[in-house]
Amino acid sequence: MVEPYEGAKLERLAADAATVVARYPEEPRSALLPLLHLVQSEDGFVSPDGIAFCARTLGLSTAEVSAVATFYSQYKRHPNGEYTVGVCTNTLCAVMGGDAIFEELSEHLGVGHDETTPDGAITLERIECNAACDYAPVMMVNWEFFDNQTPESATAVVDGLRAGTPVAPTRGASSVCSFKQMSRVLAGFPDGRADEGPGAGEATLAGLRLAKKKGWKAPAYAGAGDAETDESPAADARPGLAAGRHSSVDTPSAPPSGGTADTPTGRDASKEA
Amino acid sequence: MTTLTPVLSAGWDAVRSWSIEAYRHGGGYQALRTALRMDAADLVTAVKDSGLRGRGGAGFPTGMKWGFLPAPDGGPRYLVVNADESEPGTCKDIPLMMASPHLLVEGAIITSYAIGCHHAFIYVRGEVLHVYRRLLQAVQEAYDAGYLGKDVLGSGYDLDLTVHAGAGAYICGEETALLDSLEGRRGQPRLKPPFPAVAGLYGRPTVINNVESIASVPSIVRGGADWFRSMGTERSTGYGLFSLSGHVTRPGQYEAPLGITLRELLDMAGGVRKGHTLKFWTPGGSSTPLFTAEHLDVPLDYESVGAAGSMLGTRALQIFDDTTCVVRAITRWAEFYAHESCGKCTPCREGTYWMKQILARIEHGEGTMADLDTLLDVCDNILGRAFCALGDGATSTITSGIALFRDEFEAHVTGGGCPFDPAAAAAFHYVPRSARADVTAMSGVGSTAHATGVRR
Repeated sequence: MVEPYEGAKLERLAADAATVVARYPEEPRSALLPLLHLVQSEDGFVSPDGIAFCARTLGLSTAEVSAVATFYSQYKRHPNGEYTVGVCTNTLCAVMGGDAIFEELSEHLGVGHDETTPDGAITLERIECNAACDYAPVMMVNWEFFDNQTPESATAVVDGLRAGTPVAPTRGASSVCSFKQMSRVLAGFPDGRADEGPGAGEATLAGLRLAKKKGWKAPAYAGAGDAETDESPAADARPGLAAGRHSSVDTPSAPPSGGTADTPTGRDASKEA
Repeated sequence: MTTLTPVLSAGWDAVRSWSIEAYRHGGGYQALRTALRMDAADLVTAVKDSGLRGRGGAGFPTGMKWGFLPAPDGGPRYLVVNADESEPGTCKDIPLMMASPHLLVEGAIITSYAIGCHHAFIYVRGEVLHVYRRLLQAVQEAYDAGYLGKDVLGSGYDLDLTVHAGAGAYICGEETALLDSLEGRRGQPRLKPPFPAVAGLYGRPTVINNVESIASVPSIVRGGADWFRSMGTERSTGYGLFSLSGHVTRPGQYEAPLGITLRELLDMAGGVRKGHTLKFWTPGGSSTPLFTAEHLDVPLDYESVGAAGSMLGTRALQIFDDTTCVVRAITRWAEFYAHESCGKCTPCREGTYWMKQILARIEHGEGTMADLDTLLDVCDNILGRAFCALGDGATSTITSGIALFRDEFEAHVTGGGCPFDPAAAAAFHYVPRSARADVTAMSGVGSTAHATGVRR
């Protein structure tokens, strides 16, 4: 096999790859996904060199590595833009306006799904649900959250990215990093930015804020803290529940003495195996 | 009246809530100290007795899953946390890990101790950069504090915890596909049995649990099984995150006892979008059969939702009002399943491919009445015949959608297109650019009986 990389780049990658592989002492092949993120952090996509490097590092064939790389949507087979702009067009976001946002961006940028602007700044994608449905419609830029978007706000974001001005996600670091920088983090190399940005957005806190306003709480822990926790909380010390404390729904909460369908008896399977 | 019960979410509004200091200030890592003084088997029993059921969708009793591990044979056993949250509508684990990653880390340490694991993994989807940053930092803080590594808190117990980023594949949320992915392969499901408890990661006994399940463990250790059972229903115990999204006034995370109803949750969330009425909703993500306003009072617990014909799933309550075209919604979900089918088994690979195309032509007014029967036939050939639950899930909204809204499907056929205006459903005002909007404008169903049929 031809040496995929040379010189300082090879040294740097080899050292990083060794760090990644060391996380998986039982089975080096587990390092393959992070290694593919790592080569994307160098080349901006999973290049033929990158595939050869992963194969060499893990003792796999290039076909085996390619088979994995082509399975996952975050691995790019062509040079990616500096920013992946993904508009969620799964059902809920699409209905809430994601389709309109994607159309607006596609027309504004002059590119379609999985295409990159000629200046190499932006790769536009339709993405699937990104677990932020309570902030729909959602857009991701290099996998940072841009919540509650409109065609206007999304256009302003991509204009800012193309102009090279710092652009901040609504929940995430204080500015969006590049595709290569992102890929390095995903390979497991922290960039020191975990403390930036908020802990939660408005929707995340909606229930907690209402509960505080109404004075609603979960029942207090029986006893005060760990000192009170029984050595065997499974023991039938039901009095641990304070007298007069109710289940917060109407259904009886105490299990029948014979157990339920889910807890057929008091048997401990771990002791029977 | 049911009220909210913040446990997992209680600390999410703290200053720097993601830091180890904030987490400890709220009582974090007390449960770990308690757990390390307990016998591991007693911890398993405690979680069994709590009745905690898997929060990732299937609802399998968590403690029982732990109890399925064979007796120690001297070799390694693993905990793998499924943090690959990708089910459409599901948005609870990602905000939990963003706001309070230590809740998951503490739960993972206690669980590992309980099952005798010395190397645990958190498999988080790769498309959430800042969440991954926070998890990496939380794990490092836990090592620095002596909660991870050699001799955890002087107990003699050793544990390493590795946070592993995926790379974009919904199927990796299926537990055996996740294991293959974690082993550096294409994420395709494995044949079961053997179950992961017997032969999981690297062929060794493995417990795989959802983020919210594991994050619930510290509270069970602190409060005890009875405390946990004091919330929820008899067979669906405890609290859970209910995620409201879509056409609702205040979407978001509402942590409540299992058994709360959508009517109660909607009251808390300010109701359906002003001026509109509820048309359909998913109780647990896009793999669960649709509900309508008739189901507003179904208790959201495993048994009641199942008895009403759907599944509690991940409590992903996607709310769609009367402006939403159900055919458009279902077609888009079908496109998702076709995109995410891993291709391993024929019913799912071929079935989702055809369902997507049949639905697309119905949506765009090019379908026939016979297409509806063909769709149901395809669903029938997938359900129960696919390799994993992805195929089953792909059929849920189609079969339930046709059962509930057959006239609306038919209106697309007879009317030659979609009678709905997508702009009316959006969260903002805009002038549609798409061809779809033109089709909508010329929709021919206005003069027929279908018009009343589709505008529920």
